[in-house]
Amino acid sequence: MVDQKEWPLWEVFVRGAHGMSHRHVGSVHAADADHAIKNARDVYTRRNEGVSIWVIEASKITASDPGDKEHLFEPARDKVYRHPTFYELPDEAGNM
Amino acid sequence: MTQGGELLEFLLRQGDNALILGHRTSEWCGTGPALEEDIALTNIALDLIGQTQLWFSYAAEVESVGRTANDLAYLRDAYDFRNVLMLELPNGDFGQTILRQFFFDAFQVPWLDALVGSSDTRVAEIAEKSLKEARYHLERSSETVFALGDGTQESNERMQKALDVLWPFAGELMVDDEIDQAMTNKGIAPLPSTIRAAWEREVHASLAKAYLTMPEGNFAHSGGRTGFRHTEHLGHLLSTMQVLQRSFPGATW
Repeated sequence: MVDQKEWPLWEVFVRGAHGMSHRHVGSVHAADADHAIKNARDVYTRRNEGVSIWVIEASKITASDPGDKEHLFEPARDKVYRHPTFYELPDEAGNM
Repeated sequence: MTQGGELLEFLLRQGDNALILGHRTSEWCGTGPALEEDIALTNIALDLIGQTQLWFSYAAEVESVGRTANDLAYLRDAYDFRNVLMLELPNGDFGQTILRQFFFDAFQVPWLDALVGSSDTRVAEIAEKSLKEARYHLERSSETVFALGDGTQESNERMQKALDVLWPFAGELMVDDEIDQAMTNKGIAPLPSTIRAAWEREVHASLAKAYLTMPEGNFAHSGGRTGFRHTEHLGHLLSTMQVLQRSFPGATW
């Protein structure tokens, strides 16, 4: 028996439709992974938002350091040619 | 009793179980022990109210005296209700609420599963839709019974206390009478007693896993399903649930 008053935090990702990717929608507290899936189902898909749920314990996520943002992100700022905005996508391509 | 009368009685038993448990469960809205459990309980309450609507709509058609599903929910008195006594009992603590839900779900899943094969297509359709919800409810309630029974010493003691309170009420779900016999003769529903084996298998396995001790004996309070004698709690529940329609008859929004 683990001595803790609060359930751990889990980050929740929901896929809204087939072919789309999972998106982060929020978090829930839960005792274990199965419980987290159920809580995520009840909290985040009650209005028919999803066809699939992923959960991951928040403590397992490694995040970038906000202090590193200059060298991580600023170099990309002036490279507009990397955006695929110079040609038109045919409708048949679907979700990109 | 007329043939419509027997079917009507059967439909009210289904709808009243869903309505009364749905209302009791909705009393947790905003007061659950954790945000996630609060929303989960409220979802279950809404599922049950939705099932009530299906049963009562059909009941109102069968009755065909001009009453609607809303009339059946909001304008009947305690002695007209046909829910089992266990579902009208006050919630108690969270553990007792979950254990009652589990006892009901463990009956409801095999029961609805059998009703899917009903000779009455409306009954079969309602059962099929409700069964999907009941399966999720059972998954959730059985796992929570396990978590609380196998949790801390306090949670285990509370679950054992809840078990002692609820055990004498659970059996009413599976006692047959002449209405059940009439439904069985028409192929509309099996006898509730035929569900007992499946119910006991589910309940015994879950309680043993959760370190809970089955109380002795099979005594079952009765009188809810037949409407013969409800507990004193039903009238109080109805006074809250029905106050709007009683105070402002016909009010809509």
